[in-house]
Parts: sequence; structure tokens; C-alpha cells
Amino acid sequence: MSKLLEIDNLHTQFFTSAGTVRAVDGISYDVEEGETVAIVGESGCGKSVSALSILRLIPNPPGRIVQGSISFMGKDLATLSDEEMRKVRGREIAMVFQEPMTSLNPVLTIGLQITETLQQHLGIDREEADKRAIDLLGKVGMSDPERRLKQYPHHLSGGMRQRVMIALALSCEPKLIIADEPTTALDVTIQAQILELMKNLTRELGVALIIITHNLGVVARYADRVNVMYAGKIIESGTAEDIYHRPRHPYTLALLKSVPRMDQPRKAKLDPVDGQPPDLTKLDDGCSFRPRCGFAIDKCNASIPNLESVSDGHISACFEKDKLTQALEASS
Amino acid sequence: MSVDSLPREKLMERSRPDQEKEILIKVSGLKMYFPVTEGAFITRTVAHVKAIDGISFDIKRGETLGLVGESGCGKTTTGRCILQLEKPTAGEIIYDNLDLGKLSKEEWRPLRQRIQVIFQDPYSSLNPRMKIGDIISEPMYVHNVEEDGPARVKRVRELLSLCGLSPKFADRYPHEMSGGQRQRVGIARALAVRPEFIICDEAVSALDVSIQAQVINLLEDLRDEFNLTYLFISHDLSVIRHLCHRVAVMYLGKIVELADCDELYDNPLHPYTRALLSAVPIPDPTIEKQRAHQIVKGEIPSPINPPSGCVFHPRCTRAVDRCSQGIPEFREVKPDHWVACTEV
Repeated sequence: MSKLLEIDNLHTQFFTSAGTVRAVDGISYDVEEGETVAIVGESGCGKSVSALSILRLIPNPPGRIVQGSISFMGKDLATLSDEEMRKVRGREIAMVFQEPMTSLNPVLTIGLQITETLQQHLGIDREEADKRAIDLLGKVGMSDPERRLKQYPHHLSGGMRQRVMIALALSCEPKLIIADEPTTALDVTIQAQILELMKNLTRELGVALIIITHNLGVVARYADRVNVMYAGKIIESGTAEDIYHRPRHPYTLALLKSVPRMDQPRKAKLDPVDGQPPDLTKLDDGCSFRPRCGFAIDKCNASIPNLESVSDGHISACFEKDKLTQALEASS
Repeated sequence: MSVDSLPREKLMERSRPDQEKEILIKVSGLKMYFPVTEGAFITRTVAHVKAIDGISFDIKRGETLGLVGESGCGKTTTGRCILQLEKPTAGEIIYDNLDLGKLSKEEWRPLRQRIQVIFQDPYSSLNPRMKIGDIISEPMYVHNVEEDGPARVKRVRELLSLCGLSPKFADRYPHEMSGGQRQRVGIARALAVRPEFIICDEAVSALDVSIQAQVINLLEDLRDEFNLTYLFISHDLSVIRHLCHRVAVMYLGKIVELADCDELYDNPLHPYTRALLSAVPIPDPTIEKQRAHQIVKGEIPSPINPPSGCVFHPRCTRAVDRCSQGIPEFREVKPDHWVACTEV
């Protein structure tokens, strides 16, 4: 497989009256063709901003990509002109947003919203576009697609709207879909339907998927590779098995331990991560997780650990990553 | 007062209410129909949203009952009916031998002190113009708890530290705090009047996982320390499993299954409960790859016009002809395990 997307040392900052928010603070990762990559982290860790940066959808001002390159099929998206960028959005990279309630235009019919994209990008006529739209709606499991074309978003339930969003994302046969918390607003049975649909369609069509979520269960079920973010940085990256069975960063470990799990005997107490995530305007020279970390040493105050390889394809940014291995072995 | 000063064993062991313990609240045959009206000036009722359609359960003192279900199944309305924020269409709610539906406003007053609620959204449930200290002490003024101002200020500080916040937060405003901290304020406010029964309506759903675990532990510690009774409303099955003694599963205004927590998760009987449990992803890729996923088809029908017979039958994999005809009886198939399904 070849690299579809390579992000190198991306920095996105917001210049606000409260100071410079370093929302994305030097992240690098790549996505191979047809692969599903998850970005996991808590609110405010920069996962959505990193995705919006890829599509250059950061509102400017106050936000700006200050450094780094986003190489997508040989093009650097960070330096493309607005005109060229518009040809990429929706055509080669599509996005599925979290809130199906607000991401569709309420005054346009479903049909118009899908055909508009098709006509814009593929240059086909109305009739052809309608035909394609009906196809797409059928593909995402909507009954009676012809009638749906004439409906407005408020006629549909949340799950159905998210299906429309997926149909829209797939409409121009993109190479990459970025799904930002695609199921967070949905109920668990509907979440299962939508995730299953996304998995099957992306496999079938060979589309790569970046899935952004805070739900560790969703990641375990669907991702090939996982990037864990904390305070604007990727702090650990590896295959789903690496991350879940052999975490090498204290934050990943803490995150995994803090969720109640249905497959394990009930614990008397959960193990929460103490404290709060840091203020992104006031990041210092040390590791940003150290105030909440059980493994912190003096060195963590003075310098930020780099991502270093722990095994093939598995990297972690922690000075004490070896100690973590011992702690894990001791506990199991 | 601090939770840390309690013996660790007491915290580790999940105290179970005794079987003989008295029933604190008993809900029977509760129905809540909201009218759907038409017309701007002369309105007429054209239909009813059957938000709750005949549910019965009880909660013992010191017990935590989980109420789980998807959006629109009536779990929040159940909580609101208990608080008499909605006037139920039918049914009885007996709280400590008092029929809540028949009490006057004056008679309700002391009860509002005994029953408190923690809301889901820590951003909209705190008044943005009030300082945290005032938010927490206001219920004390309303219910005349603590004799004077200084005693109340002292209690605010105690409550803040009890809920894991520094007492200096008393002089701050909600916008200066994070979601997790605000939720702790909401909990401190509920505790201010020394309640015995707290309705937690999606109390941890809006929080990030690491913060969620902190608040869950806090709720558990408080329960053990003050012998609180919770009605814990949530859509998150893993949180419910962690916190609750008994669990009721709701679907479209009805309780479809009610059992002890372990029994329900180890041995779910209703097809909807099974589907719900199977839909929850487990944070372990190896297990996830081996698991058989039973995905429920279709969507939740409209509560205005629910399906005939068993409300789950259009989505049920085990439905037979009679499911669409008679409403299945909510019956006890095993001791303390209640199911509304004829095919079990």
C-alpha cells in the first residue's frame, strides 16, 4: 500500500485575546490507501482542529496553520490556492461531521444537496446526477430513495441524516473520508448501524477513513491504526492491538483504565485520570501530561519527550515508557 | 466529612441494600401522554405522544436503580414525573407513604428538600450570573437549612471540598470552570439540602471519559457516605452497570426488562436488551473482532403512533405473529427478573 496522506509537523494556532492557543502542536502521521485511522482524545485535545486543518477549514482569523505540510497524493494542501483547494474538498477528501442536525442545509432538499455536489465536481447534468443520488441513498440503506430526494432534512431522524451525510461524502468517490465524531450524537443501536455501514462501504470502495472519536470502543471495533492525542500532540501511535494491549504512554493507559467495561468483572472503583487537561494557551517546556501522570520524573518538567519507536510501527512520547511495560507486566 | 477519611474497605466494597429494606419510592401504572395540538387560536388535540405508557417499578432505600434506554424512550420524563414537573396522565407515585400526585404545593415543599436532581448539561443548569457559592447556598435559603449566613458559607465550603473542588471556587462564576468542575457544582448544590433521594438525569453523559470516571466515583462515594438513593438515568450501558444495583430497560415508553444488575448483563432475556448490549462496542480490538454483532434494524417508531402489540416487534428478530396483537405481560420469569416478552 502506498501513502495517501502524509502530515508532517503540523501546527495550527488560534490567535485570541486570551493568548495564542496551540490547538495542534506539531503532529505528524500518515494514512495509507484504504486504511482506517482513528484519532482518539478528549475534548479540546486538537483532534477536530487537526482534521479541519487537512481540509483547510480553519476559520482565519483567528486560526491559522502556522507550520507544517499536508501532502495528499503529491500535492501540499497547506500551500494550495483557495480555488484549487475547493476542487479537493468533497471531490478527493470528503468530510462527515458530528452533528447531522446542523451540517445539512435545512432549506434545501436532500436531493439538491447531493446533486449540487455531483454537478459541481463531476460536471454531469441534472438527470444523471439524480440517478446517481438515488443510487447513493440506496447504498447507504435508505428506503424509498426517490421520495427521499424531495424531502428536507427536518423530515429525517438523526440516524437518517447521518446516512445522507455519508451518501454525500461518498458521492464523488473520494480517496479519503474524514469522519469527525460521526456517531456521537446518535443512539447506540443507530450508532452500530452507521459504523457498520461506514466500515462496509469504505472496505468495498477502498476509501481511506480518518475517524475522530473519544469513544474507545468505537476505535477498537473499526480502526486499523490509532493515534492518541493529548494537548495538541500525538502522544502515542500504533496498531489497535498495540494501543489496547501494550500501551506505552501513561495517558493511553489511564484512558483505557478509566472507562467502565462490560466485558470485565465489575470493579469496586474506577481509576480516573486525576486533574484537568492543560490550558492550551499556557503550555510550557515540559510534557503536558506530567501534572496528571503517575510516572512523572524530574526530566518531564524540563523537556518535551519526542515520539520514539517502541516496536515496529508503534511509537510513544514518554521518557518512562519502559517503566510502563514493567508496571503493566506487574499488574497482569 | 471527607471521603478520604473513610476506611478504604468501606469504599471498596459495594454496599448492597438489604432485601428487607423498606421501599422508598413506588411507581405504579405511570402514564404520561403529551397532547399534540393543531390550530393557532382554537387548538384541538389531534393525537398524543405516549412518552410513558404504563410503567411500574420501586426503589428501596439506599438502592440505585438504573433507567436505561435510547433517546425518546421516556427515561427523562419518568424523572420529571417523579418530581411532579409534569402532571402524569395516570398512575401513582408513592414516596415514603405519600402519594406525590395528590400533594398540594405546600405539602410538596418539604419533599423538594428530600428529593433532588442532577441534570445532564453542566453548561445550562447553572445560572451564569451567579457565583458558585450563591448557586450552592440558594437551596439552603429556600429550604431554611442551616441557621444563619455564616453557617451556610461554611457549609458551602464543606460541600465544595466534599465534591472535590477547592473552596476558593465559591467566589467564581460558572464560565470560569470546566465541564467536570461544573458538574461537581451541580452535585454540591443537590447535596446542599441533605436529600435522601437524588435523580441523576444523564449526570455524567456530557463529560470526557477521564473526567467521567472522577464524577462516577464521587457519586458512588457520596451514596455510601450519606446512604443516598439514586434513580440513575442514562443511555450508557457500561456506566449503568458500574453504578447500579438494579436496572430497568425502557423502550418507547415501556419498561421491557427489569432485573438485578449482574443478572441483567449476564443473562439478558428481552431481545431489545440483548440488541442493546451487543451494540455497545468494547474497548478491546481482539474481543471486538470475535464478537458477533447483532445489529437492530430500523429506527425507533414514533411514540405518537406506536406499533400495536409489543412495541419492539417491528425491529425484533424473534417476533412471531402474536407479538403484533397482544401487549406482552410484564412478568416475573425468575425471582426478581421481570420481562415483557412472550417469547422468552
